[in-house]
Amino acid sequence: MKGKTGDGGWSPYLAGALLGLLAIASAYATTQWLGKTSYLGASTTFVRAAGLLERTVAPDRVAANEYFTREKVRVDWQFMLVLGIFLGALAASATDKSFKLESVPPTWEKRFGPSVGKRAAGAFLGGIVAMVGARMADGCPSGHGLSGMMQFSVSAFVALAMFFGVGVLVAALVYGRRSP
Amino acid sequence: MTTEQWLGLVTGVLFGFLLQKGRVLRFDKQIGAMLLKDMTIFKFMLSSILVGMVGITLLRDAGIVTSGHKSMNLGAVLLGGGLFGAGWAVMGFCPGTSIGAVGEGRWHAVFAIAGMVAGAALYAELYPFFKTTVLVWKDYGKIGLPETLGISPWVVIPVFWAVTILVFYWFEKKGV
Repeated sequence: MKGKTGDGGWSPYLAGALLGLLAIASAYATTQWLGKTSYLGASTTFVRAAGLLERTVAPDRVAANEYFTREKVRVDWQFMLVLGIFLGALAASATDKSFKLESVPPTWEKRFGPSVGKRAAGAFLGGIVAMVGARMADGCPSGHGLSGMMQFSVSAFVALAMFFGVGVLVAALVYGRRSP
Repeated sequence: MTTEQWLGLVTGVLFGFLLQKGRVLRFDKQIGAMLLKDMTIFKFMLSSILVGMVGITLLRDAGIVTSGHKSMNLGAVLLGGGLFGAGWAVMGFCPGTSIGAVGEGRWHAVFAIAGMVAGAALYAELYPFFKTTVLVWKDYGKIGLPETLGISPWVVIPVFWAVTILVFYWFEKKGV
């Protein structure tokens, strides 16, 4: 098992194990300092971001919405966590020169060509469907996949099986065919 | 900024750093897993679960942290999980990795982020409908596997470790 990958990254086993330590430390720190155990997650932040944006144009609509009221539209611990992911990834990619401006990823380009418009449409529409699903399932690969699995939540096993099972089927349909 | 916000930010920076170093933020890594060609994201996720489950269980047994199970709401987890999987395969990012992908320059992830914010707003609009349909079909509540099976988590942990290490060997043998 190598410590580094060919492009200067870390072994996924090593980076993953370190994330496990971070998840433990984070559960401890949130309990000690914030009085309530918080586990790593990301998708609720998109609800809060949607609420914050929508509030600038239709504040009454956000205030009257049951789901926004339930999830509380504010910049909380997880919101800052998600912003932190951006900064951490930027810093990490700067340290080993893996930062690269990419408008269309290779696997997508092989199937759909170099059009940025097509990639944008795919990412946007896929994003809508995925987030409706994540909010319905009450979690994403962070909340269910990492945090739920670490606690052996039954919902995490089922959610992860659905995420990946359907992902494999749809990916085979979308990218499996030979490029024209 | 409040203590809560600072703590979130610092944790997030470390989280993002590890996601990037593990090379799991990329579209090609996520789709590569779904095409069963590159299992990097599973090596990363499963390694973090192996380590995390031991520490979380210890802290929970000691009464230091509380568990945060998400509800095993059958219809919601099955249908929501399926929708997520379908969207994930087209988008090529999950919520956490999309923002990290922008951080390492893969700026097309901003379209995924915009779609997900729109999806969250849409979900908020549809919530009253879901609340009387898919969310109330059958809810088993916030349950953990060991309690459901009536066994100790300290029995589940070594089994999970053994199976996962076999899976890792298999990945490496297959070269995926």
